[in-house]
Amino acid sequence: MTTTLPPFDDVVARFEPVIGLETHVELGTRTKMFCGCMTDFGSEPNTQICPVCLGLPGSLPVANKAAIEATIRIGLALNCSIASWCRFARKNYFYPDMPKDYQISQYDEPLCFEGYLDITSEGQSYRIGIERVHLEEDTGKTLHVGGATGRIHGATHSLVDYNRAGIPLVEIVTKPVPGIGAKAPEVAKAYVTELRNLVRGLGVSDVRMEQGSLRCDVNTALNLPGADWGTRTETKNVNSLRSVERAVRSEMIRQASVLDGGGRIVQETRHFHEDTGVTTSGRSKEEATDYRYFPEPDLVPLAPDASWVEELRATLPETPSVRRGRLQEAWGVSDHDMDSIANAGAVELIVATIEAGASSEAARKWWLGELARRANETGTELDALPITPAQVAAVAALVDAGRVNDKLARQVLEGVLAGEGDPEAVVVSRGLEVVSDTGALGAAVDEAIAANPDVAQKIREGKVAAAGALVGAVMKTTRGQADAKVVRDLILERLS
Amino acid sequence: MSELISLTAAETAAKISAGEVSAREVAQAHLDRIGAVDDRIQAFLRVDTAGALKAADAVDQAKAKGEQLGPLAGVPLALKDVVVTNGLETTSGSKILSGWIPPYDATITTRMREAGIVILGKTNMDEFAMGSSTENSAFATTHNPWDLDRTPGGSSGGSSAAVASYEAPLAIGTDTGGSIRQPAAVTGIVGHKPTYGSVSRYGLIAFSSSLDQAGPFGRTVLDAALLHEVIAGHDPCDSTSLDVPVAPVVAAAREGANGDLAGLTVGIVRELGGEGYESGVTAAFTDAAQRLEAMGAKVVEVSCPHFGYALAAYYLIAPSEASSNLARFDSVRYGLRVGDDGARSLEEVMSLTREAGFGPEVKRRIMIGTYALSSGYYDAYYGQAQKVRTLISRDFADAFQTCDVLISPATPTVAFRLGERVDDPMAMYAADLCTLPASLAGVPAISVPCGLSAGLPVGLQVMAPALADDRCYRVAAAVEASYGAPLIASAPAL
Ligand SMILES: [Zn+2]
Repeated sequence: MTTTLPPFDDVVARFEPVIGLETHVELGTRTKMFCGCMTDFGSEPNTQICPVCLGLPGSLPVANKAAIEATIRIGLALNCSIASWCRFARKNYFYPDMPKDYQISQYDEPLCFEGYLDITSEGQSYRIGIERVHLEEDTGKTLHVGGATGRIHGATHSLVDYNRAGIPLVEIVTKPVPGIGAKAPEVAKAYVTELRNLVRGLGVSDVRMEQGSLRCDVNTALNLPGADWGTRTETKNVNSLRSVERAVRSEMIRQASVLDGGGRIVQETRHFHEDTGVTTSGRSKEEATDYRYFPEPDLVPLAPDASWVEELRATLPETPSVRRGRLQEAWGVSDHDMDSIANAGAVELIVATIEAGASSEAARKWWLGELARRANETGTELDALPITPAQVAAVAALVDAGRVNDKLARQVLEGVLAGEGDPEAVVVSRGLEVVSDTGALGAAVDEAIAANPDVAQKIREGKVAAAGALVGAVMKTTRGQADAKVVRDLILERLS
Repeated sequence: MSELISLTAAETAAKISAGEVSAREVAQAHLDRIGAVDDRIQAFLRVDTAGALKAADAVDQAKAKGEQLGPLAGVPLALKDVVVTNGLETTSGSKILSGWIPPYDATITTRMREAGIVILGKTNMDEFAMGSSTENSAFATTHNPWDLDRTPGGSSGGSSAAVASYEAPLAIGTDTGGSIRQPAAVTGIVGHKPTYGSVSRYGLIAFSSSLDQAGPFGRTVLDAALLHEVIAGHDPCDSTSLDVPVAPVVAAAREGANGDLAGLTVGIVRELGGEGYESGVTAAFTDAAQRLEAMGAKVVEVSCPHFGYALAAYYLIAPSEASSNLARFDSVRYGLRVGDDGARSLEEVMSLTREAGFGPEVKRRIMIGTYALSSGYYDAYYGQAQKVRTLISRDFADAFQTCDVLISPATPTVAFRLGERVDDPMAMYAADLCTLPASLAGVPAISVPCGLSAGLPVGLQVMAPALADDRCYRVAAAVEASYGAPLIASAPAL
């Protein structure tokens, strides 16, 4: 079936979107949610397991206090109320990487509820309502072996790694967000970005989308102006901030196309494909599992007392928006520029680069310029680039010292990103240092004068501005490595 | 019959401690007894001869080094196969776990090992503790030593039969709706279900998490109390374990044996008697109540109006939790795997395994539980059953306003015949009528022998408020003392 998809502008001119986001954050606690196993990422398969997280017969869970504290802190930072009494619940379904064939989660009694997060996108503020924040356990991971694609189709067998099983997971669910029209994709992205910054600021998770410690499901629905909200779909597999935006946009366009064709939207789970940028159908609600939730009888209810909650509130750091206001003033940038910095996920990177010795101008310039471009090209987040703020500061220092110019600096960054080592090492190995030695440049200058007698004559006649052409010729023969100011001085000296 | 096997646990421990007999001799005497009679009783699913002798030798060595021995050091014990044992196959009576060797010990297993108790082996049980006759075991039919054509009760029938046939002086059972008290009653021994949360559930293969509780069997009240004090106490590995001092049950058992119950108010629960109760059972129960009165207790009648709904509530709550607890038996990580021929899907292998691995009663309860938890039915079934549970707890609270303990027959009938109820689940469920209320309310209850009906033992159930387990033992010890010798002594020889 080929359908011509309507352009996005046309979609938002005729339909109103309602979006909602469900975000999972893997907590960075030392041990798992219900046992004493370690949570280190990337360990050998099935080395961080015990009878409890393997769900062996007879084993029982005991809740991790640090995880409960972290969840309450997230809830407080999201302006939520904290339940004075709540329970865990079992979510029952069969799945091989879920050891007990039920997940310990929370159902109608979440630990935190009714909050909000203020965000800004393109200079505009939005208040995103938070429905609930609850705590649950992660599943293991299945690896399908023998097939070409690593998917179950065509595989000869599957291997399960239970290291991740039982790692604490916090689910943060927004209320439906209506009334944002064409801004829906950007608002979705700005929300996840802000949430990520907030959680990172709390120090409870490294919130890395590419490692799966931050996962996002996007709900999207469309309705005609004035009509009731449409049927929503839930898009999973949205694995980067950029994908959040793309997934909302693509799903809005797809739904509009279905509605235009006289069809109806099916309530279903859809999968986002990073490569094509489209969503495809997963399971529909009609065939969805009945999870048979009931209160987890193996765990006593959680009853955080008010004084403990207040103690935790006192540990909250400055919120990202307050912090941003403070930094904006210190850096002296406009609202719009600060928004761009925040949406690029560059705030903390710039702060760290400044702390490593760079000026705020230089830090912003490199992160938002060359590095943002590289991140965009490779489809990764800025903080996932293989370069540290200290290395960026070192490049800025090379520029300040006149050892490289901007063009060479870009090549230094390229070398660092390519894994060639620190900036200093790249400068040496690539031979990128600016040549300012007058002796070495003299020959190139003489050559340029000899090759361009007309220009040389003009300069001799006092047209100093014509020197630029000769400087350019010298830069060309020295492959950009000459110090332009020194070259210019040499030319004027010879032709005066 | 060797003299060593007819001793009580307390006497055995005293002799070992005094150096009159070695733990190895005691263990060997019991292993010999198992060898001699267990082909007729079939109490044990597996006997761990090597492990038992090794544990006994360790006690003898400790004694030789002059170490102080615990009150049950060297005493043999039969362990229900629902309790996991590191390195020793544990099946919960189910084919689906056949061959599973646990890599860890249950907390109570650890505590018993540390106390020097000698674990002889693992006893038969209804599959996943679901049943009242041990006939739902996937492996064997256990026989009641009083009459080999009758059941030893269930689900802990292997443990009750082992103690009643002198294969072991002590045993561990688990009680979800009566699975310690009912087998104790029909085999003429003592069995106690502790307050919910007072004995760790860590390492008990779960049937119904909010009801399961392990407890002791013994031929005397004191023996049961001694074992109770070994296994009870807070366990950080069980979130529902209560962090409170263990009730002084041994002292209570000693005090009760004096036969003085002056000042104690005993309530007879009107709803647990009358129609449907065997006349011989009613007669024995009435006699026991009179004995209590004769020992100085004030005996009154109380009404617990919601006890009549206990059976219905229980058969929604327990299967609901079981349907979830038993989901993990999916062939992926351990136990049986059926149909994995490389062509079938995971779902098919899971289904075939569960089809082949679970018996009919387990399947019945998984189906009931799955239905009761389904969206749209939850409130009407599981939710409603939880409300009934609250009302039953309230009935207890009201009754304990005026009474120190409540009593009833432990079972409506004496041991029934093997095969008699296997095709009639409702008749089988009725065996737990008297024991279900205490399970649902989480309060402690003991069954102590109180006479015979047509030559078969009858049990008296004594229920107490939560954490007052000592009251159960005190009253039970008084009843036991009133008969002179334990009734088990009148059981026919094997
Ligand atoms: Zn673990």
